[in-house]
Amino acid sequence: MSTLLKVEQLVTEIGGARVVDGVSFTVATGETYALLGESGCGKSMTALSLMRLLPDGGRIASGIVRLGESDVRALPEREMRSVRGGRMAMIFQEPMLALNPVMKVGEQIVEALALHRGLSGQPAREAARALLDAVGVADPVRRLDSYPFELSGGLRQRMMIAMALAGEPELLIADEPTTALDVTIQAQVLDVLRRLKGERGMGMLLITHDLGVVAENADRVGVMYAGELIEEGSRADFFAAPQHPYSRMLFRALPRAGDSGRLVTIPGQVPKLTEPLHGCRFAARCPHAAPRCRQESPGWQALGGQRVRCHFAGQLGDAVPQAAGEAVTSQLTQPAADLLRADTLEVHFPIRRGLFQRTVGRVRAVDGVSFTIPAGRTLALVGESGCGKTTVGKALLRLVEPTAGTVQLDNETLGERNLARLRRQAQMVFQDPFSSLNPRMRVADILLEGMDALKVGEATQRRAAVARLLKQVGLPDDAGGRYPHAFSGGQRQRIAIARALAVAPRLVICDEPTSALDVSVQAQILNLLKDLQAELGLAYLFITHNLAVVEYLAHEVAVMYLGRIVEMGPAADILRTPRHPYTQALIAAVPRLDGRGGQQARLAGDQPSPLDPPSGCHFHPRCPHASETCRRVYPRASTLAGNHVVSCHLLTPS
Amino acid sequence: MSAIQPVILWTDALVFALVAGVTGLVLYIRRHEHLRAPWAGVARQPMAMGSALVLAVFVVIGLLDSLHYRERLPDSPPDKPQYSVEVLSAFDALVGPLRTQQEKTYSAPLAMHLYAKEFVDHDGVVVREYPRLKYGGAHLESAAAHWADIVRRVLLGSVQGLAIALLLVGVLAAWQARRSRQSYGEWLTVFGTGRLGWPGRTLATMLALIAIAIAVLLHLAAGYHVLGTDKVGQDVLYISLKSIRTGLVIGTLTTLVTLPLAVVLGIAAGYFRGWVDDVIQYVYTVLNSIPGVLLIAAAVLIVQVYIESNPELFDTAAARADIRLLALCLIMGMTSWTGLARLLRGESLKLSTLDYVEAARAFGVSHSRILGRHIFPNVFHLVLIAIVLDFSGLVLAEAVLSYVGVGVDPSMYSWGNMINGARLELAREPVVWWQLGAAFAFMFTLVLAANLFADGVRDAFDPRLGGRR
Repeated sequence: MSTLLKVEQLVTEIGGARVVDGVSFTVATGETYALLGESGCGKSMTALSLMRLLPDGGRIASGIVRLGESDVRALPEREMRSVRGGRMAMIFQEPMLALNPVMKVGEQIVEALALHRGLSGQPAREAARALLDAVGVADPVRRLDSYPFELSGGLRQRMMIAMALAGEPELLIADEPTTALDVTIQAQVLDVLRRLKGERGMGMLLITHDLGVVAENADRVGVMYAGELIEEGSRADFFAAPQHPYSRMLFRALPRAGDSGRLVTIPGQVPKLTEPLHGCRFAARCPHAAPRCRQESPGWQALGGQRVRCHFAGQLGDAVPQAAGEAVTSQLTQPAADLLRADTLEVHFPIRRGLFQRTVGRVRAVDGVSFTIPAGRTLALVGESGCGKTTVGKALLRLVEPTAGTVQLDNETLGERNLARLRRQAQMVFQDPFSSLNPRMRVADILLEGMDALKVGEATQRRAAVARLLKQVGLPDDAGGRYPHAFSGGQRQRIAIARALAVAPRLVICDEPTSALDVSVQAQILNLLKDLQAELGLAYLFITHNLAVVEYLAHEVAVMYLGRIVEMGPAADILRTPRHPYTQALIAAVPRLDGRGGQQARLAGDQPSPLDPPSGCHFHPRCPHASETCRRVYPRASTLAGNHVVSCHLLTPS
Repeated sequence: MSAIQPVILWTDALVFALVAGVTGLVLYIRRHEHLRAPWAGVARQPMAMGSALVLAVFVVIGLLDSLHYRERLPDSPPDKPQYSVEVLSAFDALVGPLRTQQEKTYSAPLAMHLYAKEFVDHDGVVVREYPRLKYGGAHLESAAAHWADIVRRVLLGSVQGLAIALLLVGVLAAWQARRSRQSYGEWLTVFGTGRLGWPGRTLATMLALIAIAIAVLLHLAAGYHVLGTDKVGQDVLYISLKSIRTGLVIGTLTTLVTLPLAVVLGIAAGYFRGWVDDVIQYVYTVLNSIPGVLLIAAAVLIVQVYIESNPELFDTAAARADIRLLALCLIMGMTSWTGLARLLRGESLKLSTLDYVEAARAFGVSHSRILGRHIFPNVFHLVLIAIVLDFSGLVLAEAVLSYVGVGVDPSMYSWGNMINGARLELAREPVVWWQLGAAFAFMFTLVLAANLFADGVRDAFDPRLGGRR
């Protein structure tokens, strides 16, 4: 294999910050090099530097970037334009933003073909069709004439890949190509990328924060931290024995199967790149840091096939820092009393058309969902985006009015009358910590809002309650006087949790509370949620698409597909021995750290629209086991051993 | 027994209510860090602060001109005082002779003679010539000393203005140095190198320019009509300065009418949706499709008829003109709230789906509290940007309306009336240009300063420009 891309001592500055600081690596032909790191570590800036597409105010200060024989930094802009998309192509994270919404996708691909291969007219259309074939788009001729809004997220990302391939690039840069996609779709797209790389012998630079994606796709791995590359090695070596303390802690922060203890968190925060940095950038957060680390920046140390920037390379042994304290979860042995019971809950949104706003159809977002949450336990609601899981959460709190069904709290049916009671008992934590806090209110006022509205406690004691809440979620005492913008994403999520806890609820509905956070921060929030459950006896409805988190936190799991629960039961049962084909596919699609995923058959196609669900079993168009019965009749729920409920004809005794 | 009787016109009351409101708002903002931060951003921009200083001069003149009173008639009995029908203002008292020194008809800026030939009786011999002005250049013996006198006054004014500016800056510097606990020299060095953190040099320069302009004007106005006189011989400089109040009143009071309508209706439409949204949208769509000028003309005519049929309600001509000005503000406000309301509707629509609003609803927080604590504070920057941007548009609109004849009362001093009066004289040979020129220059300065300031405010407040976060 020959060296395709060679980057040496690349330094990129934006404003006064060195966002990329002395990064060197090489990518060989036919190789996938993964740049791994948390948000803000400079991995995307590295990619943009290679393409010379830095945002305003950014410039490459020094370093060498060679693509084959040419020096990318020395090329005049005219030639650089033919290199971009020609020899070096890029796929972005959000395909909706990267495609022009008013042009048909076919035209956009033909445009790239005309630019880089000089094709036009019928040959160009043929070539575009061939490209769509290559990226595995079904019915490519029809798809060429679609607009981006008519395509699902997975298809859009395939279109982006087809466009990137139009110039027959030698190097493909994929910047978080699947972060915006569901796991089943992510698996499909990663399959396409892997296959194309093999067929075309491209080099690939894969930028991601997801260790699982790296494990399944990369040949070599580079870990970035605070603008620097701190560890590099082959995939096998890296996953067998990560060397840098930071890499090790990343592994430990991941929730994993069968491990119900505490997760390792990385204390502190990434240093600000605008300030002058001395010594090892990780020293302030490193459990092994010695005085030398704070003064002297470590150089590269070779360890077999790996290299690492750490003073203690190879001396740390295999001992990965253990979390302080043992498992604190109080596994309830006896079944607790049911706190909340939802019975055939239904949320249909009417679609109105025409002059008189006649109802012409209904979006069945939630279509007859029943479950119970015992006090002090966690029910995880799992499913792909658009399956209605968030709507279930909002319908329970009456933020969305359910169209049918009942919700009982402590055996009392909830209606308009006892809404205030519900709001004392159940609260919600939202996904995006940036939009869930009013930027113009002080943290103390945010926490007081619920107490004031629901008249919790004495007015005079509420200030004291705020201080107690802040302490409970691990925020500094003076946090109350500050505004949300002064806090990081993880801290904001703590504030949101404190807000929910302010009215002392017994049930907290957590809507993807960690999906916007980095792995190390996610670990802190998950630990916090678990501690709070043990301490306060909270019940959680945990809405998520992340199965690893489910395993760590949940007692029971309900899997939703297109507005209905298809499988429900104890967490261990469902995750070990899933019975519904959809659950099986969902679990198989999760990238695994041992890189042994990807063998199972992938789930084909996308989730259908809840506006017009398929007849019979909703899952049958994607199900490998579908029979004639599945196409006609929706399966009844059948109860298996150990409270495990599945709605599938395969399991119904006929 | 006082020699004057204060007169509070409707617009005066509203203007001072507005001043009180703004002062209150400033005090409130000073105590809230997140509100203060963007204003600190405005204060760091040289262009915005320079224009703010110019605006401040206009505002001071406008406020002085809003303190109205009537003088006691000299021959009225002490036990039953009678007051003049002429309503004067503190500004009139300040500029004194500018108001009273009236010539016969047109005269050019800084002239000694009238603009038209007349028959003049020289010791019994009637000669047709340009007669000397009654006041302009009356102190001069002959025309030979005319230009030398002007140059002398300009120089003297410049020197005095500069001296006053230096003195002012010196005192301010001493105060600032004391505040920041630096020695006087140190502070001046920081000031000189422009590292103050606020645009001190720009402000000092603007201050000097304004001081010089005022001093030169004072010196010239003492002997001449600086901007000439109009058809009835009134000083154009005086008319232009009196017009400032009209422009400011139109620009600010109209927004007082606009704001409640736009804010309440816009936010209500965006937050409540459903039929509330439908009704409000229909109202502003209908209002928008009626030509604004037509509505304004109709409303002004109605008010005019009302005033003429109820003369007993208004004891002075000023009160009559004032009520018409107020009516104009009202009707312009009624027609111009739709744009801002639409903007606020869209923003509230977006905000009401945000998680923090959902969280508040999950606590059962009442609608009024959600609107007051979550929605309004987060659209306030839009309101503010709209106010400052609309201001200059309204000042210009007044000029256009007065020109068309549906604006303020013809007896009221306003730039629109000045332009209207100058219209016919533009056809004259030689042309009478100074009336139009003066109105243009004053309006241009005010609108340019307001626009530059608005740009600064928008830059600091608009989150899309990255001023915050």
